[in-house]
Amino acid sequence: MTLDLPVIFAVLMGVAVLAYVVLDGYDLGVGMLMPAADAREQDVMVSSIGPFWDANETWLVLGVGLLMVAFPAAHGVVLTALYLPVVVMLIGLMLRGVAFELRVKSEGWRRELWNWLFWFGSFVASLAQGLMLGAYITGFEPGFGYFLFSLVVAGGVCGGYVMLGATWLIWRTEGALQRKAIGWTRWGLLWVALGVALVSLATPLASETVRDKWFDFPRTLGLMLLPLASAAAWLWVWRVSGRIQKGGPVPDWAPFAGAVAIYTLAFLGLAYSIFPYVVMDRITIWQAAAHPSSLKVVLIGALIVLPFIIGWTAYVYRVFRGKATGKLYE
Amino acid sequence: MDTSDTLLLARAQFGLNIAFHILFPSITIGLAWILVYFRAQYARTGEPVWLETYKLWVKIFALTFAMGVVTGIVMSFQFGTNWPGFMLKVGNVAGPLLAYEVLTAFFLEATFLGVMLFGMNRVPGWVHLTSTVLVAVGTSLSAFWILALNSWMQTPTGHGTIDGHLVAADWLQVLFNPSFPYRFTHMMLASGLTALFVVAGLSAWRLIKAPGDATALRTLRAGVVCAAVLAPVQAFVGDQHGLNTLEHQPAKIAAVEAIWTTEKGVPLVLFAIPNAEKRRNDFAIQIPKGASLILKNDPDAELKGIDAFAPNAPPVAPVFFAFRVMVGMGMLMIALSWLGAWMTRKGALPPRWLLWTFAGFTFCGWIATLAGWLVTEIGRQPWLVTGVLLTADAAGPVSGAQLGASLTGYILTYGVMLVAYMRVLTHLAGKGSGLEPRPATAMALSAAP
Repeated sequence: MTLDLPVIFAVLMGVAVLAYVVLDGYDLGVGMLMPAADAREQDVMVSSIGPFWDANETWLVLGVGLLMVAFPAAHGVVLTALYLPVVVMLIGLMLRGVAFELRVKSEGWRRELWNWLFWFGSFVASLAQGLMLGAYITGFEPGFGYFLFSLVVAGGVCGGYVMLGATWLIWRTEGALQRKAIGWTRWGLLWVALGVALVSLATPLASETVRDKWFDFPRTLGLMLLPLASAAAWLWVWRVSGRIQKGGPVPDWAPFAGAVAIYTLAFLGLAYSIFPYVVMDRITIWQAAAHPSSLKVVLIGALIVLPFIIGWTAYVYRVFRGKATGKLYE
Repeated sequence: MDTSDTLLLARAQFGLNIAFHILFPSITIGLAWILVYFRAQYARTGEPVWLETYKLWVKIFALTFAMGVVTGIVMSFQFGTNWPGFMLKVGNVAGPLLAYEVLTAFFLEATFLGVMLFGMNRVPGWVHLTSTVLVAVGTSLSAFWILALNSWMQTPTGHGTIDGHLVAADWLQVLFNPSFPYRFTHMMLASGLTALFVVAGLSAWRLIKAPGDATALRTLRAGVVCAAVLAPVQAFVGDQHGLNTLEHQPAKIAAVEAIWTTEKGVPLVLFAIPNAEKRRNDFAIQIPKGASLILKNDPDAELKGIDAFAPNAPPVAPVFFAFRVMVGMGMLMIALSWLGAWMTRKGALPPRWLLWTFAGFTFCGWIATLAGWLVTEIGRQPWLVTGVLLTADAAGPVSGAQLGASLTGYILTYGVMLVAYMRVLTHLAGKGSGLEPRPATAMALSAAP
């Protein structure tokens, strides 16, 4: 039996990107929510993501690393086409990274400045990721209409991150901040609903490939499971967050789990739309793939290391379970 | 804007990003092992002094590490945005090396880091100690893979060609290519020295503000003594690295020594202004037959000049000057660390002028490291992968305007980051370890059971 290495790597890359979007998504979302909280709450919010954000961002490096390693012929095409949003995202990620470290170590107006930069960096990075996704889906076609489409996608991504961040805070905080986070979750949900609706309508219009894939009876009927499941997850997050507010017997990680489900379903839909292209309508994963000898070497390493990393990450989440306090360095 | 300007902008941008990135790993690779030492001493003795020392330096480590992570993310994108031709041509070889860097090293660091920084009261002591060790192992492994790739780009071996693309024929030969052992050792020592001078410099800064701080005196002493041992070793390793370069990349040595024409009995140029137009050195101060003597152990030996490699020869002036900055800084570091080790013997508090000198030299390792990187990277030009791929052939379609705009953005961001970083470091160090200097009697009382 021969392995279809490009497919395996496409799946691995997809998993890395999904892990990144969910994991860094919640800490970017927490960053974007900073202005809505008071000073003490901001300390709690930041400390809730403290032990995790370094590792979260590492998934981005793995995702782009896999693109580079497994699909070298597409890597340059994608990254040069996305040049400016990539630069903006990187600068945003850098600003929020340093702001995260420096805000606790400074006082007065300096702390305010770092707080602002933490918000700004998180927002700009999220927006740029949305623009990148929009341009990616449409195969980097130039033109105002496509840019508008990317902007809508970017809005949806920002809203999605806010929702993830808010549900994370429901899980990891308590008292007044948790109640605030429930309100934020609901705003995020509405925003996501609008974003997903617009993107779902616009994508088939913007891309013929996507249209043909989704509107092909009777396959369409089976595919409708995805949007139905998304809607169910959406309703569920709305419901459980409401019950937490009323003090109902719901574990407070439930809304976060629901938000992750929404993201995963949206991601599956996206993956279905794009496969087997790595550059939409132009380069398939088989055309772009690196030589099998290289792919095998990397695959061996990945199969050894990834289970270990996932296990350790689970351990870290266990160690840092429970509600966050404002104090990070004990 | 013509293509050569665009190429120069792409190189300037990549160079800026990688130079800014390397500042932070060059500290964390060394500092991680210093932290292992502090942590292990605490585990062994149980003295609070070690714990407080660890807690102070782990904060500095965390900040430096975060700077390394965020600037490192930039690097993972820069290959594609600035040099799409690189992965296209040599991706089958370079890709797996980068992938292994991400998989083994980066993840090891990023996952164990959370426990190392925030988990001291949440996990058993041995798990915390192990996490500290694994973070150190991770940072060093990271350097291993990156330097393997960089060395392969300098002295490629172990590859074959299929349809115009390179593939690895023998991974061990790719990894352990001729320049790798030298470059890796040289970089690890550079990182150790950079971190030791940061430790010594910030401890000296603390002692200027609070001369009674025994913890800071202890770390100053540890820093200078280790540096006094490592600095001369580094000089020796650097010399060996140079001889290895002469064997495998003679063009780089021709630029380092500013040898324009191939001849016998080549003088050693101590200082000059290399003149690329006239292909000669202006205002040269030189030792007759010196270069032939030190490089070949024979005053009349023939050395190849830039003319032997044209048109694929590196520019002379930047390599020549960067090399002298690196060696000069290395000499200063040897002298300063020996002086410091002597003046702090038996736990004496050094005079203020020496403390100020160490504080001023806190980041001297950066200068030496960057100068060294300029020598090795510019010395490889015009090749991206020696003899395989020209830098110009790897450049992408990104316009000069985009490059210029993003370069400006990077420069502004990096300026803010660097100023903030250095301010916070001196601020943290100025506050000290938290153990207030106490009078001797109080110390004795608190030590009693």
